[in-house]
Amino acid sequence: MNSSRAAYGPGAPNAAIQLRHLFWLLGGLALVIAPHMLNLPWWLNLDACIVFAWRIYLALGERALPKKWLLALLVAGGMLGVYLTYHTLFGRDSGVALLVLFLSLKLLELHRPRDAIVLVLLSYFLALTNFFYSQTLPTAALMLVSALVNTASLVNFAAPGRALQANLKTSAVLLTQAGPVMLVLFLLFPRVQGPLWGLPQDAYSGVTGLSDSMSPGAISSLSQSDAIAFRVRFQGDSPPRPQLYWRGPVFWNFDGLTWRPGDTRSFTQIRFEARGTPYDYEVTLEPHNHNWLFALELAAKVPPNASVAPDYVLFARRPVRNRVRYDMRSYTSFAEGADDDADELRPGLQLPAGFNPRARRLAQEWAAGGASGTAIVQQALNYFREQGFVYTLQPPLLGRDSVDEFLFGSKRGFCEHYASSFVFLMRAAGLPARVVTGYQGGEINPVDGYMIVRQSDAHAWAEVWLQGRGWVRFDPTAVVSPARVESGVAAAVSATDPLPLMARTSLTWLRGLRYNWDALANKWNQLVLGYNPERQREFLSRLGMSEPSWENMALTLFWGVGALLALLTAWLLRRMRTSDRVQRLWLRFCAKLETNGCARAAHEGPADFVARSAGRYPAEAARIRAIGERYIALRYGESTDAHALAELRLLVREFRV
Amino acid sequence: MFEKILSRSQLYLAFFGPRKPEPGTIYLRQNRVYILPTRPGLAFAVALGVMLIGSINYNLSLGYILTFLLASMGLVAILHTFRNLVHLHITPGRANPVFAGELAWFELFVENRSAYDRCSIVLWHEGKATQCDVASARGATVSIPVAAPRRGWLSPRRITIETRFPVGLLRAWSYIQPDSHCVVYPRPDAGLLPLPEPSGGSGEKRVASGGSDDFAGLRAYQVSDSPRHIHWKAAAREQGLQTKVFSGRATAELWLDWNELPANLGLEARLSRLTRWVLSADQEGLRYGLRLPGVELEPDAGEPHRLACLRELALYEL
Repeated sequence: MNSSRAAYGPGAPNAAIQLRHLFWLLGGLALVIAPHMLNLPWWLNLDACIVFAWRIYLALGERALPKKWLLALLVAGGMLGVYLTYHTLFGRDSGVALLVLFLSLKLLELHRPRDAIVLVLLSYFLALTNFFYSQTLPTAALMLVSALVNTASLVNFAAPGRALQANLKTSAVLLTQAGPVMLVLFLLFPRVQGPLWGLPQDAYSGVTGLSDSMSPGAISSLSQSDAIAFRVRFQGDSPPRPQLYWRGPVFWNFDGLTWRPGDTRSFTQIRFEARGTPYDYEVTLEPHNHNWLFALELAAKVPPNASVAPDYVLFARRPVRNRVRYDMRSYTSFAEGADDDADELRPGLQLPAGFNPRARRLAQEWAAGGASGTAIVQQALNYFREQGFVYTLQPPLLGRDSVDEFLFGSKRGFCEHYASSFVFLMRAAGLPARVVTGYQGGEINPVDGYMIVRQSDAHAWAEVWLQGRGWVRFDPTAVVSPARVESGVAAAVSATDPLPLMARTSLTWLRGLRYNWDALANKWNQLVLGYNPERQREFLSRLGMSEPSWENMALTLFWGVGALLALLTAWLLRRMRTSDRVQRLWLRFCAKLETNGCARAAHEGPADFVARSAGRYPAEAARIRAIGERYIALRYGESTDAHALAELRLLVREFRV
Repeated sequence: MFEKILSRSQLYLAFFGPRKPEPGTIYLRQNRVYILPTRPGLAFAVALGVMLIGSINYNLSLGYILTFLLASMGLVAILHTFRNLVHLHITPGRANPVFAGELAWFELFVENRSAYDRCSIVLWHEGKATQCDVASARGATVSIPVAAPRRGWLSPRRITIETRFPVGLLRAWSYIQPDSHCVVYPRPDAGLLPLPEPSGGSGEKRVASGGSDDFAGLRAYQVSDSPRHIHWKAAAREQGLQTKVFSGRATAELWLDWNELPANLGLEARLSRLTRWVLSADQEGLRYGLRLPGVELEPDAGEPHRLACLRELALYEL
């Protein structure tokens, strides 16, 4: 039996915070702040660490918390710091920084459980902001752990006397029981395609991918990245690796240093002469903050909400800021643009005046004497093959006449050097040419069959317009280093070049692990992160909802959540069954009499009650007495007779008044 | 918070207002347990709203998951908070008599016949909270402090029994008014009064029984002292009025008589004086009787007699 104690419960707002609860709270906050530290400015990280240590020091020594004016000063200083770092207070990143700042400083103002609850609520919110930067499976796991720990903090402050372990268990029970309800909400809550309003400028920073211009070093910097550009699932076989040219932005205009796109007209029809059999596949494109969509050369259809440019680049109507999925059909064998007229070809001949005189001269030599286009191209490719060019990720820096320096000097370069100088040579020789960027290659994940194309597969190649054949793809990089196209970057560069770990072929066990992990991550992306309004409609119609309008969803949601909670209520409030069978039968008997208005009084023993009720129902007196006798014998006597128990059961069951 | 707003309305009083005390064991049925969010609970709801909008705006699938998980946790917590209070049995227990001006402690036996433990059950009575935990199939005895300003019968006012367990975001509560009362004795006088001399025919008895009442000393005169015990010689010497105190009255039998009190004392003052006398007489181990208008307790000694006398004084003319 417990005795009462003085009130320091939740009802007492002035209760002090126990040391163990404070440490628990700090632990929960640290779990939430830690992942943000990768993105926050160093001074704010330092600030958070100092405040944590300070708070622990104050708590251990039971010292007074800092004065209000000092806190105000710290807040003002912190806000100024955020402003100086981000040049705004209202962006996404600066908002997160402010949240971390307030949260850490609130620790110095943490007097009572009430303040602590505010901190827990803030920590829930901060956990959400972490998803701006990462929504991977490990992030989800961390989120679950932090929700568990922080909810346990809430329990701590509601039940200060309980052991931490018990409170953690309560938190786990709450979240476990919340799981099914959460699932119903997740699946059925009517989804809206965001954003609801304009997002701050920095909302999509930190996304890697091809750029809308190409200068030396642009693609080789991408090749250091292990990040996934997109995933592809082929229906049937995938094309051989040398045919895996994923077309991205095409560049026409060259200013001597940088290549930029040209014509920006767009169409919804694609015209080209397709040959052979098409490949059908589905692309899941990671967000890259630009409009273009990637497809195998050459795309035969335009995805919804997209258009196609004359140079066969696919454009989404809006920048790709979320993972998108689209079905695609491509022909790897084709002829395009054979009937382009001079107007259309003119941009393919543009060259900046006064740059790279030696390259111009060389190209003009090749073109002299009316050599055919094919012959000129061959000359150029031979030049690359025979002059000792090296394919490397670490090319030397080039000066003003970059093409000259590359062709006649360093001779060491990455794909963008080869594509850029090749196109320059072709144009100088009078052949229309353009630079195509995109990805080359891709590896099939044996675990789930998806092909993964990584940023390190980024590539640049050239297209030359030849009389009678139209635009033809030439890849000078493949001439210099056939391995690049046959087996990927890792095989093509020397072992000393920096490469992402996964691109190395030697670490097979690591690759196996990575394949499994990636398959899991892909499942996660497809099922959870990719659950958008379309997917929701699709899913609900498959479940049999004839018309998945938001009204229907809301209604189903209501009933679904209601049913789950009703089930849970029934389970939570289930009565404790009396383990004593004899007692159960007796209570049933009493209940039967009670419904007839003859309730057993609390002070009434079984003998008295039997006597009274027998007197009240003379017709049933014999049966009542029989029940009473057996009950008294079984309960108070030494009888454990199974026969008597069976009799009692029968009597009680058949008892009617 | 809600309660504050609601408590001003008539409707609220009609529903939740004070009722008659319930006799016997009070069972917290489901329909008498109320539940509403606390202030932190409202803040939690607002935070969830903001989180949902953020998730929609930035298309954060994981944000939806976290928001929905916490929202579901809040929903589940409603059930848990509710069940932490509902189906409790509360039986009034002992309430020992106290003197007016003291705190009376009303014992309540909170019994948990369910299969799960109850935590942080708080009983509020007139702004004072008492907390208890009750394990499954166990009971806890809670003592509610109740101020006892006046003599007579004392009952606790309406008690609010509430809980915010497990997350503090919700508060479930119920009102109970157990049928429990205790006797409040009159507040004893502050001054130390001498016992009145055994009177009414006991004079001879006194001589016979002791005959040797020894002079024990002097002390300052007080209004009710018998003139026969005043140390007149000292008064004549202008040393002020002093009273002679005698020992050896242990065997004496005395009457604590209402009528022997100064006539100018009021009812409550008389009762206070008599209470003090009873206590003093009991402390000195005397046999004493109590005489009030219409009440007479024969001289006796010991605990039951003392309690009987005090009870008469407490309930006199009520």
